[in-house]
Amino acid sequence: METIKKIIAQAASDAVIEEAQRLTVTVPPKQLHPLMKALHDNEELPFDYLISLIGMDWGDKLGVIYLLSPSKDLTRELVVITATEDRGNPLLYSVTDLYETAHLNEREVYAMFGIRFINNPDMRPFLLDDTWNGFPLRKDYDTDPARNPVTVISSEVRDDVPRIMEDENGNLVESTTRVFEKDDYIINIGPQHPSTHGVMHFRTALNGELIKKIDVRSGYIHRGIEKLCESLTYPQILHLTDRLDYLSANINRHAVCMCVEKAVGIEVPPRAQYIRTIMDELNRISSHLLAFASHCNDLGATTAFIYGMREREHVLDIFDKTCGGRLIINQDVIGGVMFDIYPDFQKDVKAFIPYMRKRLKEYEVFFSKNPIALRRMVDVGYMSREDAITYGVTGPAGRGSGWSCDVRLHKPYALYEQVEFTEVIRTEGDSYARYLNRLDEIEQALQIIEQLIDNIPEGEIQGKVRPIIRIPEGRYFQSVETGKGEFTVFIESKGNKHPYRLKFRSPSMAAVSVMPLISEGEFLADFIGIGGSMDYVIPDIDR
Amino acid sequence: MDVKKIKIKAFPAEEFKDNDSLQAYIDELNAEGTNVIIGKLDEMINWGRANSLWPLAFATSCCGIEFMAAAAAHYDLARFGMEVTRNSPRQADVMIVAGTIVNKMAPLLRRVYDQMAEPKHVVAMGACSISGGPFTNSYCVINGVDKLIPVDVYVPGCPPRPESLFYGLLQLQRKVKADKFIQKKRIVRPYRPETLINPKTGEPIDMEVCLEPTPDTSIE
Repeated sequence: METIKKIIAQAASDAVIEEAQRLTVTVPPKQLHPLMKALHDNEELPFDYLISLIGMDWGDKLGVIYLLSPSKDLTRELVVITATEDRGNPLLYSVTDLYETAHLNEREVYAMFGIRFINNPDMRPFLLDDTWNGFPLRKDYDTDPARNPVTVISSEVRDDVPRIMEDENGNLVESTTRVFEKDDYIINIGPQHPSTHGVMHFRTALNGELIKKIDVRSGYIHRGIEKLCESLTYPQILHLTDRLDYLSANINRHAVCMCVEKAVGIEVPPRAQYIRTIMDELNRISSHLLAFASHCNDLGATTAFIYGMREREHVLDIFDKTCGGRLIINQDVIGGVMFDIYPDFQKDVKAFIPYMRKRLKEYEVFFSKNPIALRRMVDVGYMSREDAITYGVTGPAGRGSGWSCDVRLHKPYALYEQVEFTEVIRTEGDSYARYLNRLDEIEQALQIIEQLIDNIPEGEIQGKVRPIIRIPEGRYFQSVETGKGEFTVFIESKGNKHPYRLKFRSPSMAAVSVMPLISEGEFLADFIGIGGSMDYVIPDIDR
Repeated sequence: MDVKKIKIKAFPAEEFKDNDSLQAYIDELNAEGTNVIIGKLDEMINWGRANSLWPLAFATSCCGIEFMAAAAAHYDLARFGMEVTRNSPRQADVMIVAGTIVNKMAPLLRRVYDQMAEPKHVVAMGACSISGGPFTNSYCVINGVDKLIPVDVYVPGCPPRPESLFYGLLQLQRKVKADKFIQKKRIVRPYRPETLINPKTGEPIDMEVCLEPTPDTSIE
């Protein structure tokens, strides 16, 4: 920690360092970029993984919170804060030259808070249209629907890109460029397209049959969950987190529960911890099975789709019997779990484990070694380890590029410290590695469940929780490993029963932001397959 | 015609919870009576139509996954002749709106609906597409797709189980069987376009004027 403090003090003389839940550094906007550069480039402990970039409105100030971590050592985390007092024309410096993942995140902050980033080459708003009036996540946002009326008349997609750059003399120059060149042949994939895994819009410039450039447009399912959360109590928020990445619904919920529990100091009974961990792993299996099914379907293997969905139903049956839900199971609550397991739970899960193992072998015979599948996955959509880190691609996709980034292993929560499992890492970095990673992770999840299922202790399923939960003032982070990667919840509380600001780090957003890079030069037909191998969920991106 | 006479496979009319609204629909449709020959011909055509409703899954979020589960092996949508999910609106008979529709998506939903060929039907699947669901207070969520397009069947749930979707689709089959295909008589449920505003003029949008004329499907 001392070395980090030394680096900070050298790079930014005005930095204020405080030790809260994480080491927190506050810098004036001018010194932000030198500080980030020093943190990113130092040789001892390079903070090269930008976990989360959070826009903030503190009333008198608008700012950004950066959550950084070294890719070598995910246990170390650092919070960097910068803010500007100019609410009329807020300007901050961009970190896109250091972290690629900042591109879409900064554009999102612009759409939500109106903060423009100097030196970001593309300053179009993300998620919202550029015709949108007002900045929704600002505290003084006027929610009158008349300001942004609903229309059924399609608006033109604009091709010009505004930007604000700093020249050598330190003057700010505003200019516009274009996304595509004039003669580019552009194909729209999405928004309503079955293989974009939701409502995503990829504007794709082609060079013959090869992909030249992709412009990612999102926001077709932006429901404003973060704004809604600011007026809900913590138990109410849980219902919205389920609907972010609905395939890992229970794991998302687990993250918010843990964040609140740690902040308030609620102890979760051991029985509830066991149930939560087992449910999380079952949820991961169902998520990976759906990813396998839809990926294979994207490549034209309908049989594999049917197989994947068939096995998934067995998991959903267990969920159904436990709590009545299939996809969204409402199992975790703050302090424990809502429902106890049913009497035959262990029997059902134990019957499922050998069944699933048998099916995994079947998948390998039928599909993993299928020559057509191999030709469409091996060496397609290559992502290097460095790309995975700078774009923040975690989960099976990041581990397919050789980056050890499993939150369960590096920042263990619930019972993951007590169980033994291997982190599945492959170094090929292609679609096939990501595909195989998911199937291997199903096997690992089965092993985790096997270790826990017989040892569920008797006892309470809910800890002591006050009827109205107030989180003490402060900033709280909690990461979990969902089916897609690292999902982080950030809560800033002012001591009320509502959060002052709540932000979700979406692993899918990182996966989508890397799509233009890894599909460049690939066939248009393979683009769909690469998308399947990245396994993103759009409502998780749009929130 | 009595609603009990409309037979669909393996689900007798008595077991439906709501027969009255369909009965009212049939009464309204048949207010002027029908020619026997045309009526019989209609019945035959509708028998075929009702058993091969090709859905277009307008899936935006969670409900789309439940739709996938409904179409897969365990629940098997093919039992009702609906397994041919079409991704082109030109080939689809019924649009299943599965998921939240937000402001940015509204023009696209309307466009896809307009591209579908008549006769077309819409199923609103899930709380979001019925009323905005848990996001009803949000700044950019449309509180019900019936503000944009006419809806035939509402399937509540968040997300609805495949069984409830099937129940809704069976209701739709009954409704299709009651239609007057040859005379092109249908009653399109009124929808609520009052919240829609033309961004250029600031005036409320009159659906009939601003969109390309669609074939007149209302009762003469």
